[in-house]
Amino acid sequence: MSSLRSVSVDLNNDTSLLIDIPDALCERDKVKFTVHTKTTLSTFQKPDFSVPRQHEDFIWLHDALVETEDYAGLIIPPAPPKPDFEGPREKMHKLGEGESTMTKEEYTKMKQELEAEYLAVFKKTVQVHEVFLQRLSSHPVLSKDRNFQIFLEYDQDLSVRRKNAKEMFGGFFKNMVKSADEVLISGIKEVDDFFEQEKTFLLDYFSKIKDSTAKAEKMTRSHKNIADDYIHISATLNSICAEDSTPNKKRCNRNLSTHFWNLNLILFSFLFFNACLQKVEGRVASDQELKLTELLRYYMRDIQAAKDLLYRRARALVDYENSNKALDKARLKGKDIAQAEDHQRQCLQKFDKLSESAKKELTSFKGRRVVAFRKNLIEMAELEIKHAKNNVSLLQGCVDLLKTN
Amino acid sequence: MASSSERNPPPFPASEKPEPGLSDMADGDSDSDEGADIFVSNSLPTSVSRGVSQPEEPADLFGQETPTAKPNRVYSDDDDLFAEAQADLSSDTPGNSARKDLSTSSGLPSARSPAALQPTSLEQLEEEEAKDCFDVDVAVTNPEKVGDGMNAYVAYKVSTRTSLPIFKSKVFSARRRFSDFLGLYEKLSAKQSLHGCIIPPPPEKSVVGMTKVKVGMDDPSSVEFVEKRRAALERYLQRIVAHPLLLQDPDVRDFLEREDLPRAVNTQALSGAGFLKMINRASDAVSKMTIKMNESDTWFEDKFQEVDTEEQQLRKLLAVVDSLVSHRKELCVNTAVFAKSMAMLGNSEDNTALSRALSQLAEVEDKMEQLHQEQAGTDFFIFAELLADYIRLLGAVRGCFDQRVRAWQRWQEAQSTLQKKREAEAKLLWANKPDKLQQAKEEINEWEAKVTQYERDFDRIGMTVRREVLRFEKEKAKDFKSQIIKYLEAMLQSQQRLVKFWEAFLPEAKAIA
Repeated sequence: MSSLRSVSVDLNNDTSLLIDIPDALCERDKVKFTVHTKTTLSTFQKPDFSVPRQHEDFIWLHDALVETEDYAGLIIPPAPPKPDFEGPREKMHKLGEGESTMTKEEYTKMKQELEAEYLAVFKKTVQVHEVFLQRLSSHPVLSKDRNFQIFLEYDQDLSVRRKNAKEMFGGFFKNMVKSADEVLISGIKEVDDFFEQEKTFLLDYFSKIKDSTAKAEKMTRSHKNIADDYIHISATLNSICAEDSTPNKKRCNRNLSTHFWNLNLILFSFLFFNACLQKVEGRVASDQELKLTELLRYYMRDIQAAKDLLYRRARALVDYENSNKALDKARLKGKDIAQAEDHQRQCLQKFDKLSESAKKELTSFKGRRVVAFRKNLIEMAELEIKHAKNNVSLLQGCVDLLKTN
Repeated sequence: MASSSERNPPPFPASEKPEPGLSDMADGDSDSDEGADIFVSNSLPTSVSRGVSQPEEPADLFGQETPTAKPNRVYSDDDDLFAEAQADLSSDTPGNSARKDLSTSSGLPSARSPAALQPTSLEQLEEEEAKDCFDVDVAVTNPEKVGDGMNAYVAYKVSTRTSLPIFKSKVFSARRRFSDFLGLYEKLSAKQSLHGCIIPPPPEKSVVGMTKVKVGMDDPSSVEFVEKRRAALERYLQRIVAHPLLLQDPDVRDFLEREDLPRAVNTQALSGAGFLKMINRASDAVSKMTIKMNESDTWFEDKFQEVDTEEQQLRKLLAVVDSLVSHRKELCVNTAVFAKSMAMLGNSEDNTALSRALSQLAEVEDKMEQLHQEQAGTDFFIFAELLADYIRLLGAVRGCFDQRVRAWQRWQEAQSTLQKKREAEAKLLWANKPDKLQQAKEEINEWEAKVTQYERDFDRIGMTVRREVLRFEKEKAKDFKSQIIKYLEAMLQSQQRLVKFWEAFLPEAKAIA
């Protein structure tokens, strides 16, 4: 599984806090993750411990971080998406319905294929939850967050806390402002070149990567369809071959059964090839899924998180500008000037602090992204080469077998 | 086939020597063939039914037969070849038969192989035989739209290259339209002399496809349709000339040779899925006949069942392959779209090296799209069309079986008529009407002759069917084998190119910094 964790890269190489998800259970609709922590930090009670966590706990943690004012200047790692077994489940349902129309072998194969798909979804969700935690643990500021520590350590059920948190934060806050994002960010008169460039880049890049993600998903689905077709072809060839060896045929073909032009043999080789090809195609589909599509999907979400940061900075700027206006008004009226000055100073401070932090975050984000892309693209290319070479030898073997017979 | 003399009709079983092994065709003295019939293996069917296990495969004779396995091109000399299969007929001269053991490892026993001609592989063997062959090469090429509007049609160039003396020249061609091909089939299937033979069916009419073409031949779906049809017509002709009896048929020769052919008019029956409908209707008619055939030879029943089952399975397979083709086409589209999207992302990327890598990735995906496109073509033209051809051919096989049943019924009916005539004669004898008696006697003679004739016909058609089926099965195995090899080889090439594409991309990915 460790080979799958290349969407996010830790640039710090700091080993004082190591987190992984070694284990996960699927109970009906719920996935229970085992979050394992190994630490040398004294802030934790034990150096090595594990806790069970649900997806909702991760969301709670993410939201808590987003709502923390102190972290306004940071890119909060995107929340892991909810485990979605809908796809394979629906297919499993369809398969059950169509069971009567297919042979036993075909049904078994399809079932196996679906189980593999299910497993792939499972692995993916574990990976994405793990990466979330690892991003936090490698961040100089976020790794020290109190809620994060609770998440890692608290050995009781977090659901009570979660409910309280929801009431505290309202929950609607995030969604409410989402739509105002882009308008606000683009509308800001930017004095800082760095942020001007970042803004332009991120807005454009986000729309492109969102598009690429969608197209990559479609492409992967096509590969899966083809893999399924190969299963059906194998199954049908299988039943043809089986038919060829029924007693009836044996009687008629008594003389032909030893003949090297036996159609049975030919079809059998083809069947063998098909079965392998189906496995390989299926694997190509899932590897491509993991490497390219997951990479794009992850960074799409990450860029959204970066955009959120820009948004918060824009809001802080607006606050500052408003405080200026309020100060002018106060000066005009001659009332509450000190108060207004104070407020204005605070806003400026907040804005400056946020800007400084944001600059750091965005720069390191850039670096992280480039490294992650590099790693993934290399791994993907290597996998494609490996699969294709496998196919070549498989095909060569089949062709040789057929030709020499 | 090399014989300049007229070919003899298939001899009746009675006159056949029960010669199990037959000599191979392509020894050096294939010129010495006596023009005797290749289907001497008439002896084979009887021996099969007697349950005698033949160590030799007389049907090896047919092994070298046809180029039916090659759609879209005229077969080359290196491939499985045709007529040498018929060239040397030494059933009449068993003494000098040089029995070649064609099997390599399956070790068919008791074959004296001339040491010099012991091949190490089947291909080598076939190559050697190819050099001695007398052949017929047909190709269908150059589809051209003739005329305009709804009366337009597509004319194809039918080229023949042959050294057979039954043809007027060695290389010639003619222009034919689709209905000409259908007309040829109509003529052949109506012939009594060819009853029991498996006559290869032509591709089906398609109103939708043709209408598009009539309107304009330029868009990709029209191009594909015309190519599909051209390839199918070529395979159709190749199968016909591969059939020894059909090749001799004057109508076939006319079709290949004549400058102008009278318009075939009655091709409506073959429209749409008409061909199979026709076969099925005939089957139904047969099964509805009151006199049920009592089958003395279970071979026919068993075989018929097999053919039926196989046809169903091929249909099922074809449905999945069709699905594969359409999914692959979808993959093409999705890959192309993704490549464009990747290119845009690459443009957007501000890190130079990453930007270049993403653009390269977009190019690789573009190349993949082309690969997928070609693969879809292979899936279709090699795999799917093979299945479609054989589904139609199996229908034709079923048709032969039905013809045999009808022959049996005709014989039975003649027998019962004869019986009635005899009873009538007896009545007349008893009633003592000498004038009518004479007529009755004449009628009895007439019907006795008919009974004998029909019985002979029935036996003969039975022989023909057996022989044809065995030949067909050989053909089928060869066809499938060569097509599958082609399919796999195309895939192999595609995967090799894939490796190259990604290997070229890898350094770009590694260069990201």
